[in-house]
Amino acid sequence: MPVITYRDALNQALREEMRRDPSVFLMGEEVAVYQGAYKISRGLLEEFGPARVVDTPITELGFAGIGVGAAMVGLRPIVEFMTWNFALLAIDQIVNSAAKMLYMSGGQIPIPIVFRGPGGAALQLAAQHSQSFESWYANVPGLKVVVPATPADAKGLLKSAIRDNNPVVFIEGEMLYNTKGEVPEGEHVVPLGVADVKREGTDVTLVAYGKMVGLALKAADELAKDGVSAEVVDPRTIRPLDVATIVASVRKTNRCVIVEEGWPFAGVGAQVVDDIQREAFDWLDAPILRVTGADVPMPYNKQLEKLAKPDVPKVVAAVNRVLYRR
Amino acid sequence: MPRSGTAPIAKAAKLATDDTAVMRRLLRDMLLIRRFEEKTGEAYALGKIGGFCHLYIGQEAVAVGAMAALRPDDVILTSYREHGQALARGMSARAVMAELFGKAAGSSGGKGGSMHLFDASLGFLGGHAIVGAHIPLATGAAFAFKYRGGDQVVVAFFGEAAVNNGAFHEALNMAALWKLPCIYICENNRYGMGTALERSSALYDVVQRACSYDMPAEVVDGMDVLAVRDAVHRAAVRGRQRKTPTLLEIRTYRFMGHSMSDPIHGHYRTKDEVDQQKARDPIVTFGAKLRELRMLDDEAWQAMDAEVADEVADAWRFADEAPDPDPATLTTDVYRET
Repeated sequence: MPVITYRDALNQALREEMRRDPSVFLMGEEVAVYQGAYKISRGLLEEFGPARVVDTPITELGFAGIGVGAAMVGLRPIVEFMTWNFALLAIDQIVNSAAKMLYMSGGQIPIPIVFRGPGGAALQLAAQHSQSFESWYANVPGLKVVVPATPADAKGLLKSAIRDNNPVVFIEGEMLYNTKGEVPEGEHVVPLGVADVKREGTDVTLVAYGKMVGLALKAADELAKDGVSAEVVDPRTIRPLDVATIVASVRKTNRCVIVEEGWPFAGVGAQVVDDIQREAFDWLDAPILRVTGADVPMPYNKQLEKLAKPDVPKVVAAVNRVLYRR
Repeated sequence: MPRSGTAPIAKAAKLATDDTAVMRRLLRDMLLIRRFEEKTGEAYALGKIGGFCHLYIGQEAVAVGAMAALRPDDVILTSYREHGQALARGMSARAVMAELFGKAAGSSGGKGGSMHLFDASLGFLGGHAIVGAHIPLATGAAFAFKYRGGDQVVVAFFGEAAVNNGAFHEALNMAALWKLPCIYICENNRYGMGTALERSSALYDVVQRACSYDMPAEVVDGMDVLAVRDAVHRAAVRGRQRKTPTLLEIRTYRFMGHSMSDPIHGHYRTKDEVDQQKARDPIVTFGAKLRELRMLDDEAWQAMDAEVADEVADAWRFADEAPDPDPATLTTDVYRET
């Protein structure tokens, strides 16, 4: 199986879906002539032309709305945000227009659209460029929220998102674009709403998604050296959330640590805790702990930034606490 | 009274003499909206309609004139003061009234209400309640029409308060840049809720906003249904043939308060001003014009009035007797199954 980057896996998904369905088009800042701010759309302008690969002005509210309007009359737009930080300007269109149109119209007007781009913190980009908004969008009925961790998932989930008849918020990892992995060629479709056990284990369940999956796997390696067998569950889709897979794992391991990059208050992990306590209360041998980003705007300074992010030692420490080892 | 501004106002083309049926139809469509909205006000007072409710009384010539210039395969998006546009586009009084009453037989099954009327089969794509936010949506529908080929156009209706909003400017820039067949109809009724145009806009003539985007634009007398129809027709031709967007500033006036909780005069305008505007009532003046042209007499007028009253009474009865939505529909239509 070919080994390619997460970036190229996304590019494959876009290219294959645009070949398959002429109603699919890509719009956003720098997606065409510049080939994408992060080169996700490399080569697409050459293959599909400017009618289907559309450079926009820097007007997130406007072009997100244009995407939703095009979806209202049957196109399948992919709207790229250079980063999800800038999509805050467009959140009215995502929440008030895209998410609610089907319901407000009594089922008359579906919105098959994908909003995609990188989220989360990179390195020293400071407060306005280092944010994780998946819990915001996952709060909204009518939206689906997808956060792929691996190149194979990036391709398979993006293809599903494009084929879905609902608005999908697709949050990529800025720090994952250069990561490599095996990716099946051609028709590789990963269904939305199905979690993936990235590593099997028996002593503790680590729930992590997106960039945090890699971190959780590294933590699991560290823990293994210490005789602890950690299972890593990647929900892949935050909404709909595959509660069954998470709960099955926790019923097996009896302990759980949730790792997420975003802020702690009302974060995705809080929802996962709620699901677990309802479905697996009697199986738990310890309180569930969460490892999250610090409850502060992201600082610029390298040392402060490190303190603000989840890392392997923080995950290992949390696991030791739920195991009552330290 | 408002400053006059400097923009010239478009007049209607000279009336053809042989289209009595068409002229009467325009009058009837306006009258239906008037009577429907009067009944809506009554139903609201009786508690049969809830939430926010914005009446279209005074502005009937805008919706009716615009729809008369469009084709069945064009699409329309509008704001939350949209009962009149829904009726003028051909949604039945029953479906609209039932939606206002929140009933299962309403156009959105009771899930949308007064501010979210939709009928996809008529190209009537809502009913949007965030000021200005549907202007990019309409632009996106125009993008799709150009993408697919063909010569459909899109009409976006919005109030003059929306033109200070970023969504308006972002959308008009892209529509002009990409040559999208969208007709932007600014229904300038002088007040964004209680704030007069000159208290919110640095520029009095909304039409001048089009200069920023090198877009064709006209000011239109919104109390003259034929002037509206002609201007929208010209814009539609531009859109169909040259894929050029147009901004129309249609000057109209709302005879009622902003919403049902706002009295007719309030603190922001005088009774004299409202009375002066009522002297330009688009239905009365058009009726008088048709009499002058011998296209309408007392008998025809009375028959029309009675017919419209019956239609509205029937809509009320239908909505009142219709069942509430099945509780099971609470959770349907959140996601479309793929």
